[in-house]
Amino acid sequence: MTERSVVHSSFVIERLYDASPARVFAAFADPVAKRHWSACHDEGGLGEHELDFREGGRETMRGAPAPGGVYAMNATYQEILPEARIVYSYELLRDDVRLSVSLATIEFHGGGAGTRLVFTEQAAFLDGHDRPEAREQGSRIGFDRLAGYLAQQQAPA
Amino acid sequence: MFQALADPTRRLMVQRLCEGPASVSELAAPLAMTLSAVVQHLSVLEGAGLVRSQKVGRVRTCRIETQALRAAEHWISERRTLWERRFDRLGAYLAEQAEKPEEGNGI
Repeated sequence: MTERSVVHSSFVIERLYDASPARVFAAFADPVAKRHWSACHDEGGLGEHELDFREGGRETMRGAPAPGGVYAMNATYQEILPEARIVYSYELLRDDVRLSVSLATIEFHGGGAGTRLVFTEQAAFLDGHDRPEAREQGSRIGFDRLAGYLAQQQAPA
Repeated sequence: MFQALADPTRRLMVQRLCEGPASVSELAAPLAMTLSAVVQHLSVLEGAGLVRSQKVGRVRTCRIETQALRAAEHWISERRTLWERRFDRLGAYLAEQAEKPEEGNGI
């Protein structure tokens, strides 16, 4: 029986690129360019990728069969503001089991010499599905990690 | 990071449960609040999959349920790493493009 649980979380990644917002944005808009940097062999092998880059359009990625399972990503583009912002939602599945549903926001800030890219992902992580090896590692680390996490949380508050 | 743990009272409750299972009244004892407030905090923690409780007779016993938390923590760091690698490759791709702009998409 699957135990039902939801954990919400988010993370932010910022990068500064020595390229104009137009060029950085194009790397997300053009399917060939997008594949060039976003798909790679260490993520379950090169599989299928389709990108319909417009508001309401979909992007799908499906990895090649691998020992860890077949990963698939299905996205819908909610908002596309050229050279400024991309907002999309996506689900991640392993062997057709939904692992998470996320909202991703990519902001392109020009102005200086290059482009500052801010990627924010807000995710609902479903039913604690993880890889068996992660679970083993998790049980080894046990409560120490949780205690450490809680201590960390208390410091800034 | 996790909404359910944003509240200091709930963090205290989770810390107490890290030491071992406890009844609702044991959890409430060190806290200056009503039992019903404690029950409300518990339901948030249960909703987030962090705590499980079981009623035996008239006593509800709570225990920590860390699997969801650990799995989520692992998943988040994996996602972050994946995106960091992707953005590294995007940087390399953009640099490559700048060197030979006449070659278009640069496969």
